[in-house]
Amino acid sequence: MENLLANSTEAVAIILFGIGFTMLLFHRNLFRKLIGLNVMDTGVFLFLASMGYIEGRKAPIITNGIQSTEAYINPLPASLVLTGIVVSVSVTAIMLSLTVRLYMRYHTLNLDEIYKMSEHLEDDR
Amino acid sequence: MDFIRNFPMFSVVLSLFSGVLCTLLPGKKARIYTIAYECVLIAMAAAVLWLTVHTGASFTYVMGEFPAPWGNELRAGVLESAVALLFMSVMLCSVLAGKRYVDQDIDESKINLYYTILNLMTAAIMAMTWTNDIFSGYVFLEILTLTSCGILIVREIGRTTLAAVRYMILNLVGSGLFLLGVVLMYDITGNLLMVPMQHEIAMLYQDPGARVVLIMATGIITIGLSIKSGLFPFHYWMPDTYGWATPTSASILSSLVSKCYIFLLIKIYWRVIGIDIFTKMPIRNIVFVLGLCGMIFGSVSAIRADNINRMVAFSSAAQIGYIYMGIGLGGTAGFTAAVFHIMAHAVTKSQLFLTTPRLAEISGNSLRFKNLQGCALKDPNAGLFFLLPSLSMIGIPIFAGFSSKLFFGMAAADNGGIKLILVMLTMAASSMLNALYFIRTLIRIYSPGDDREVRIPHRLDYNIPMFALTVGNLAMGLFSWIFVGAIQQGFTMFM
Repeated sequence: MENLLANSTEAVAIILFGIGFTMLLFHRNLFRKLIGLNVMDTGVFLFLASMGYIEGRKAPIITNGIQSTEAYINPLPASLVLTGIVVSVSVTAIMLSLTVRLYMRYHTLNLDEIYKMSEHLEDDR
Repeated sequence: MDFIRNFPMFSVVLSLFSGVLCTLLPGKKARIYTIAYECVLIAMAAAVLWLTVHTGASFTYVMGEFPAPWGNELRAGVLESAVALLFMSVMLCSVLAGKRYVDQDIDESKINLYYTILNLMTAAIMAMTWTNDIFSGYVFLEILTLTSCGILIVREIGRTTLAAVRYMILNLVGSGLFLLGVVLMYDITGNLLMVPMQHEIAMLYQDPGARVVLIMATGIITIGLSIKSGLFPFHYWMPDTYGWATPTSASILSSLVSKCYIFLLIKIYWRVIGIDIFTKMPIRNIVFVLGLCGMIFGSVSAIRADNINRMVAFSSAAQIGYIYMGIGLGGTAGFTAAVFHIMAHAVTKSQLFLTTPRLAEISGNSLRFKNLQGCALKDPNAGLFFLLPSLSMIGIPIFAGFSSKLFFGMAAADNGGIKLILVMLTMAASSMLNALYFIRTLIRIYSPGDDREVRIPHRLDYNIPMFALTVGNLAMGLFSWIFVGAIQQGFTMFM
């Protein structure tokens, strides 16, 4: 329990990941799936960012001439988060465009209904 | 000689550049350019392979000259270069043999964009093969996911969009898990480069607290990548994805993309976790059991399929099961068999996926079994190109499929005990099921059907790559010891 309190941000991050993960897998509505995807990614980014932050240290930009590494945090986790955000944005964009395409064809966002319709609509060759 | 050491980096950068360039070229020129530069990539991979075999040592390319704990690295050994060489050769054959179908399936104004996506995908495949940095692995894995979705939806029928959505959702779940695993590993080791990570992990494994996190992270990465590569029970997206894509895409998706994820996983096991520690982990046994299940259930689903492409796709699920079984067997023997099967299956499956559209064309554009009757008699060439890889899939000697089954058996014999019995029984059952559905298909396509004359001209640009794939298949069957020797040498360099 003590450990959990000390790492509360990480715990929240993992919970967020879990929420996003289940939404992405089990929701039938495509938009909610996408939101789940974003929540899941945010969970990972929060985890990374909180692990990279050390209480009392500053952002790694030299201020007042202090050059000791003890005074600053490692910039790498933050840059990983940035990379991750870029990836997540592009994935979301592609998924949104796919969603638009599906909606134009089937006029619904519910995946179950789309599957059902596709059985009738599509030519099986 | 020293110049060759730049080739891994060149192959990634050149692919990225080619991707951008192809957006500017018209369709036909984009294709010619793609074919030409893929030949260059093959030559580069061959040169690196020659160098690593010749010197007997791997080398590391340090990006921007930033030394180990900070910079980003590419690494080339025998294994990476052999896999890169094979992947590029299969890619080239798929592009050549499938180009007529690309012209048919894709709107003319978008053909250059197809080659753009293909080149970006090549960049991702190359980077994932060469990388020595786990986070670069993640970034290119996402690029590979996006581009594979791209080459799937480029054929604009409703089926592909639906298949792409299903494919993407599962793949995104896999990527999310992989990212979480990588982040956990980064947390406990403080490194992203594979070699320093391995040193840290070797020390951390002694500490029980860190061991739990380590096993958890490895497990999460394994689940993520196995979802992406289609291990049982995550294989149900395969038939739609492979079945409706344009043949070049189907061939690349089944034989390169899923294998690329597995290769990254093998790389993580050997170079990040370390094979000694991985052997002690319980994950190995779970992967082993799922692999065995995949071998059976994939084949059973293939028997139930009523469409030749879906059958071939489900058979991929079974073959992925074989590869994971090899990983589960562990040790150099098991991993060697797994990598050999990656290669053998890449050559075989791409050929099957490139032949089925031709068989369909002869049978009035239908992939259903009942319409395929007698199509091999009408076009003996296409029949032969289907027959030979089918025999390889069943495991007839002199073909690659037989050799890989032999190596799996030998790896299982090394393990002994219950694993040996399980592998032998499952492999026998799976081979029988394999034989069942492939021979059924062969009988169907070789028994006389209607007398409708269909003339499809023979084209050298289709026959030559198919012939090359057949030769590759036979070479891997007849001279398997050369390939296995190279793979084993590669694994010694991996440590």
